[in-house]
Amino acid sequence: MERLLTVSGLTTEFRTERGTVKAVNDVSYHVDEGEIIGLVGESGCGKSVSQLSVMQLIPNPPGKIVAGSVEFEGQDLLRYGRESREMCAIRGGRISMVFQEPMTSLNPAMTICRQMGEVLTEHLGIDKAEARERSVDMLSQVGIPDPGKRADDYPHQLSGGMRQRVMVGMSMLCNPKMIIADEATTALDATIQAQLLELMYEMVNKYHTALVMVTHNLGIVARYVHRVNVMYAGRIIESGTVRELWANPMHPYTEGLLKCVPKLGERLVPIKGMPPSLINRPPTCPFLPRCRLRQKSCFEEPVPELTHVEGDHYTTCRVRLEGLTDD
Amino acid sequence: MIEAARGNIVDIVNLKMYFPVRRGLLKRKIADVKALDDVSFSIRPGETLGLVGESGCGKTTVGRCIVRLYRPTGGIVMFEGADISHSGESDLRQIRRKMALVFQDPYSSLDPRMSSGDIVGEPLKIHHLVKSKKEYDERVAELFIMSGLSPDMTDRYPHEFSGGQRQRLSIARALAGDPSLIVCDEPISALDVSMQAQILNLLQELQSKNDRLSYLFISHDLLAVQYISQRVAVMYLGRVVEISDAGELYANTLHPYSIALLSAQPLPDPVAEEKRHRIILTGDVPTPLNPPAGCAFHPRCPRAKKECSESVPPLRDAGGGHFVACHCV
Repeated sequence: MERLLTVSGLTTEFRTERGTVKAVNDVSYHVDEGEIIGLVGESGCGKSVSQLSVMQLIPNPPGKIVAGSVEFEGQDLLRYGRESREMCAIRGGRISMVFQEPMTSLNPAMTICRQMGEVLTEHLGIDKAEARERSVDMLSQVGIPDPGKRADDYPHQLSGGMRQRVMVGMSMLCNPKMIIADEATTALDATIQAQLLELMYEMVNKYHTALVMVTHNLGIVARYVHRVNVMYAGRIIESGTVRELWANPMHPYTEGLLKCVPKLGERLVPIKGMPPSLINRPPTCPFLPRCRLRQKSCFEEPVPELTHVEGDHYTTCRVRLEGLTDD
Repeated sequence: MIEAARGNIVDIVNLKMYFPVRRGLLKRKIADVKALDDVSFSIRPGETLGLVGESGCGKTTVGRCIVRLYRPTGGIVMFEGADISHSGESDLRQIRRKMALVFQDPYSSLDPRMSSGDIVGEPLKIHHLVKSKKEYDERVAELFIMSGLSPDMTDRYPHEFSGGQRQRLSIARALAGDPSLIVCDEPISALDVSMQAQILNLLQELQSKNDRLSYLFISHDLLAVQYISQRVAVMYLGRVVEISDAGELYANTLHPYSIALLSAQPLPDPVAEEKRHRIILTGDVPTPLNPPAGCAFHPRCPRAKKECSESVPPLRDAGGGHFVACHCV
């Protein structure tokens, strides 16, 4: 498979009154063409900020991308300015994003058709009549009943599930190479969530589009994702195929996360403590205060880079990498 | 249908809760939203009853009727054997010591201007459960420890706590009156995965220490409900469509809606997921303002037949205390 996106050393900071928050800290990952990858972690771990950084949607100030590179189809996106013409062409054209809240990401004062048409006229420069035709066609592809009539509705006239279908359709309009779905189905009900996930899965397979699923739901990851990155306190702490990670988690956080999900007949083992504050963090492993494997050297040395274990499996746990434990 | 057995903590019988919809200058009633229609079930002492369903199906309304935040339109709510469906405020005050609520959002359910100690201790004062300041302080500290919080945090305010800790505060407050029922309305939905596990375990621990403490655990997370409940009720559009022992319900799901709901929940296990047959329902949840005739689920049901659009299926025993409301089962 062809490499589509390579992110390396991406670091995003926010200046606050209490100090500098490294929301994304030395994050590196890649996405291949047509691949579905997952990005999991708890709230505040930097999964959304990392994706917004890739799209250069970080408000500056207070935020700033301070280091790293984002190579997409052979060009470094971070070289272009936030408002540059190149970036605007990529956003919505080559990479599009679906957010959690369809009510806040759609313009309430514009009809569905006009909002969708805007994407087409902006990126492909086609006329209004054709834009309408293509929008209606897309609405029918994402399963909106009676699309010709619904196209003239305003967002508030649609249900939550329908709105998110519109968002998915809108993200596919310019036939992008990659879609970032940031908790795209979290706000929906279980049966509607299942409909939407299935729809997105079909659409990206049909058009061979890469999909980055940002979620905290390990079930969704297990169901749809091939390769997954686990984030904690701004860093990717482990990465690998879902099967490998589930069968053989190396990092104690990944291990803990998998044990936190209720399974029949197994007692839940919660991770003790809370995620750390990201303000003025020391360079040691961020999971250290909660870790059950920690060794003396963990307190002294900085956290290792994401290191290859085998196959697609990478981890940052020093103890496991160097075999420091007894077990 | 389900008899009001002796010694149950809660019995609700044919509970109806209609909310009037008013429009126009004179606020004339134009319709009713039937949030609950003919709901009956019981909660036994020391039991956790899980209540699952999608948003708008009436699960929260059930909880609120039981603690009598709403006056039901019809039917009976019994609490510890006494009919409280029409009790007045002064009687309810007495009863409410024995029942408590834990809400979904620990950010909006705690008063930001009260210290955490006062939040937890307030029920002690309201119900005159302590005689002296010393006893009050001791009891508050005890409640903090029971809920897994450090008693030296009583001076802090809610904003100084994390989401998981705030939910622990809500639980500590709920425990203050030594209740026999805690209605947990989506208590873990707003929390992160690792915090969810902590709260689920805390709820279980408290129950193991007090064998009369029962929970009504309202959630849309089927895995959490399966983990914590002894019995589970599934609701759809204001009605209970299936109720049974948790093990039986998950192993031998009967109602097509429950089957679809279970199938919609992705399992956090890639190996199991691959083998799984997924049922994807079509269409949206209908509005309770204008529910479909007959079985409310029939427009989305893969097994619907003619009868389903004509009459509402009654909740009947399919054997061994497994109740289901479906014409096709």
